[in-house]
Amino acid sequence: MIDTVFWPLVKIVVLLNAVMVSVTFMTLLERKVIAWAQSRLGPMRVGPYGVLQAIADPIKLILKEDITPAKADKVMFTLAPIMSLVPAFVVFAVIPFGADPFYYVADINVGLLFIVSVTSIGVYGIILAGWASNSKYPLLASLRASAQLISYEIAVTMTLVSLILTAGTLSMVGIVEAQQEAGVWFGFIQPVAFVLVLIGGLAETNRAPFDMPEAEQELTGGFHTEYSGMRFALFFLAEYANMIVISAVIVVLFWGGWLRPFPSVDALAVLDYIPQWCWFFFKMFMVLYLFIWIRATLPRYRYDQLMRIGWKVLIPIAIANVVITAVVKVLL
Amino acid sequence: MMEITPAHYTVLSAALFSIGVIGVLVRRNIIIIFMAIELMLNAVNINLVAHSQQVENLVGQAFVVFVIAVAAAEAAVGLGIILAFYRNKETVNIDEMNVMRW
Amino acid sequence: MAETIAFYTLSVLILGLAVLVVTAKNTVHSVVSLVMTFLCVAALYVVLEAEFLAVIQILVYAGGIVVLYLFVVMLVNVGRPPEEHRDPRRLSVLGLGLAGAMLLEVAGIVAYSYSRSTSSVTAPAGPSPVQGNTEELGWLLYTDYLIPFELASVLLLVAMVGAIVLARRDL
Repeated sequence: MIDTVFWPLVKIVVLLNAVMVSVTFMTLLERKVIAWAQSRLGPMRVGPYGVLQAIADPIKLILKEDITPAKADKVMFTLAPIMSLVPAFVVFAVIPFGADPFYYVADINVGLLFIVSVTSIGVYGIILAGWASNSKYPLLASLRASAQLISYEIAVTMTLVSLILTAGTLSMVGIVEAQQEAGVWFGFIQPVAFVLVLIGGLAETNRAPFDMPEAEQELTGGFHTEYSGMRFALFFLAEYANMIVISAVIVVLFWGGWLRPFPSVDALAVLDYIPQWCWFFFKMFMVLYLFIWIRATLPRYRYDQLMRIGWKVLIPIAIANVVITAVVKVLL
Repeated sequence: MMEITPAHYTVLSAALFSIGVIGVLVRRNIIIIFMAIELMLNAVNINLVAHSQQVENLVGQAFVVFVIAVAAAEAAVGLGIILAFYRNKETVNIDEMNVMRW
Repeated sequence: MAETIAFYTLSVLILGLAVLVVTAKNTVHSVVSLVMTFLCVAALYVVLEAEFLAVIQILVYAGGIVVLYLFVVMLVNVGRPPEEHRDPRRLSVLGLGLAGAMLLEVAGIVAYSYSRSTSSVTAPAGPSPVQGNTEELGWLLYTDYLIPFELASVLLLVAMVGAIVLARRDL
């Protein structure tokens, strides 16, 4: 009973709180990095160098009035933030932060598919938010979002197939162990897949340059225009939690999860003194930084360009990648 | 009562299937009718999976994969037809879909 | 014991949500109930130790097909509710009656087949060379059921072409 119920529950509570805390500091990091990229200082008022801004923002959002528009569909309006938040958090159950079972909640044998399928439910939050607001810009944004998310999901899933072929397993722990056996991170074997998953991940999390669903300049804020206070915070939380999920998945699939660099080179064994979870979080941080960097650098795509890239570039490359991987796998 | 046998799953599946039949026969919104058909397909899937587990043979589960593929094809074409029809007649009421050509 | 609790909870959820699907006034509510139904069915597959199918159920049904429905419901933004039109020749009560007859028929078949199921079905499956639900299912699909599998892919291709043709503006 203690092993099957108590410890997993403790892990889940710790993990969820860790995710929420890291999301609040992600927002601060994002504002700071973008500020630096634009030769500004960013938030400086709350605490030294503005670090307490990360705590002030959630408090402000919680204390704000929570408005439901008069003509909105009440049930769906309340349900939508929950439906976008829950899938983002459920996924953390199968992400291994270290080799020891202590560092993950569950290792299921369909781990990677589980992640893909659960994140695909997150789109309902966005669509329903736009529809339930009963307002034209959110509805336009949600229609854009659903088309965009479905399109890029195909490309990402096709790309993951080539990864599964390389690793020979669907389990997240198994994939990292396969990289240990191969002695090389899959990012070096499958560089094309890495780029595809990175682009697809940006689109799936509605990040710039693919932030169509919340393009402020053209949609007055996008699908969550009508949301305020805590419910807006839930969408915010979901978006950043999704970013963390994507970065963790990229780390597990391409950058060796908890493995140190060059896991097969014994001369670097001294690096093993750094704990595995430190490697994991360091790599995750690098990927998250990359996301912010891209947002600070690239302009937003036009909607038709976005769809063209998704369907006419990414999906064909993903399919070609699967075929090439399969051929190489058979030949070797 | 306490032991869950395949009969339990069959009863659940039959009930779900009947709800789907009611949806198809009673509702007039064609989108709801399509969804009721999906419910019926799911009822069949539950049955297949339950019995495949009982006889420890995965053929039933292989069938479920095909059912899901057919359901996806059906949804794509069906919704395409609904959209094409809506553009011409501005309705999704199945009672008004009584012409062979326009 | 755990299976019993899970089964009854999920059954109540599945049937209740399915009733909501066919009774909801608002089409979007019905679509959301449908998603929940599919998620509960996926949970039932996990109870039945069919993890791969559970994941596929969520991925294809909840993540793909129902999003398509939602998309169409929003595009088909009807000014008047479709149920308002009443065709005098249409007899909904008869539909309910027929559905009840169907339920009785299915119940009869279930009761009959379980009353005389003395010879339990034996598994004809040969020993699979691989272990694990996903691997065994994959093995089955790529050996014994290779041709149906390929046919399913052709069917999906045809459906894709058909959907694109139907959705063209100039039809």
